[in-house]
Amino acid sequence: MSHRLRVNPIACEAHGLCGELLPELIRLDDWGYPILDESRVPSDLRELARKAADACPTLALLLEDDRD
Amino acid sequence: MGLPRLLAGLDRGRGPMTLAHHERVHGPLPRLASWRLIEMVAGSGLRGRGGADFPTARKLHAVASARGRDRAVVVNGSETEPASGKDRLLLSRLPHLVLDGAALAADAVGAQEVIIKVSERAADSIRSLEGAVAVRDERASIQLVCAPDGYVAGEESAVIHYLNTGQQTPTFVPPRPFERGYRRRPTLVQNPETLAQLALIARHGARWFRELGTAPDPGSALVTISGAIDAPGVYELAFGTPMRDLLDAAGGASEPLRALLVGGYFGTWVDATTALELRLAREDLRSVGCALGSGVLIALGQSACGLHESARVIDYLALESAGQCGPCVHGLRALADLVADLADGVAHIGERDRALRWAAEVRGRGACHHPSGATRFIESALHVFSPELETHQHSRCRARPAGLPVGSRALLGASR
Repeated sequence: MSHRLRVNPIACEAHGLCGELLPELIRLDDWGYPILDESRVPSDLRELARKAADACPTLALLLEDDRD
Repeated sequence: MGLPRLLAGLDRGRGPMTLAHHERVHGPLPRLASWRLIEMVAGSGLRGRGGADFPTARKLHAVASARGRDRAVVVNGSETEPASGKDRLLLSRLPHLVLDGAALAADAVGAQEVIIKVSERAADSIRSLEGAVAVRDERASIQLVCAPDGYVAGEESAVIHYLNTGQQTPTFVPPRPFERGYRRRPTLVQNPETLAQLALIARHGARWFRELGTAPDPGSALVTISGAIDAPGVYELAFGTPMRDLLDAAGGASEPLRALLVGGYFGTWVDATTALELRLAREDLRSVGCALGSGVLIALGQSACGLHESARVIDYLALESAGQCGPCVHGLRALADLVADLADGVAHIGERDRALRWAAEVRGRGACHHPSGATRFIESALHVFSPELETHQHSRCRARPAGLPVGSRALLGASR
């Protein structure tokens, strides 16, 4: 099963932890909000992605099963 | 040549067409089996006319086959695009055509309820709809909901959110309305023009619909034309019509044109020379990065400044953010300020690259389409009006304001 990351932009408050924990996939824009250039999560980063999603204070970072 | 279709029988008066007159013009409303109507709509190639351009038959099918017993149809008459006038024209003058379409769609998806959402300021539409609903015999219950204005208020999820909670802000999707919409029911949300087209397809069939337009873009469309032209208003035109003929239909340009804005404020500027070679067809528009959107065209004359006009529109779009998503709130604000400074020659032209980077980064990062639509507009303004950017670095802009409508609906004159 492959996974995708998605941000709920309404919930996100730019705490920026995701960018700290997962710089491989997430960079922050000029206002501190996450940019995902590639939403697909390589399997070797899955655990880090899980940690980043769990660490988000507003639960705005979602790690989802890739249905495609 | 087969036109007008939707606007057939519309006289120069102001009031809504009566049911008797409507039936004289179009014939009685046929009752069709669900599968039959969806099949006809699929054969016609009709696409949603609210801006998203989604195949209508697929939407009907999705709601008809969604799980759940109760379903709803929402007529999205919000028409929040300031330069658009077609929904208001349909609802205020031809209410029975839209209600025919809503009744057919309700039958097709098995909905017991139809909700019509309009702007609370559209007094003529409200009066017309109340009058029309009162004389019709419907299977589904019909409810008219009047809501405050706001650019994002017409977005599908915002409409559902408003009907469910009274809060007119977009929501994080999925679920989409066809899965869980009005009162958590599978809900069909359609623009009034789409329903009006559907009412004609049900009467005359898919083949008739395709007698106008091109193979990929069949039928006719309502286009609201404004700006530097002699007779601004709403016009019904066949897809495939050359842009020149389209402007001629609206009285022609009132001065030499600098550019055309295609698709409203989520749309794209195209310089006039290029634009006049295009046809009203998706493939032509796509070749220059455009889409017809909700059918809004604004002609900009050479006496106006595209940069300053765009800066005003971007400022308006930034103010109209629902204020929920960071990239939209901060990104559009920063972009509006920077584009205004570029237009005034206060910011160095090198700052354009920063604006383009912000636009690219902000795109696609809202819960709704607002930041994506706004950044598309910004990018096209910075490209098309690049020569003006250069000259504004050295000399003051002396252009006259063209008055692109922001904040309140454009007052449209003659409609035909």
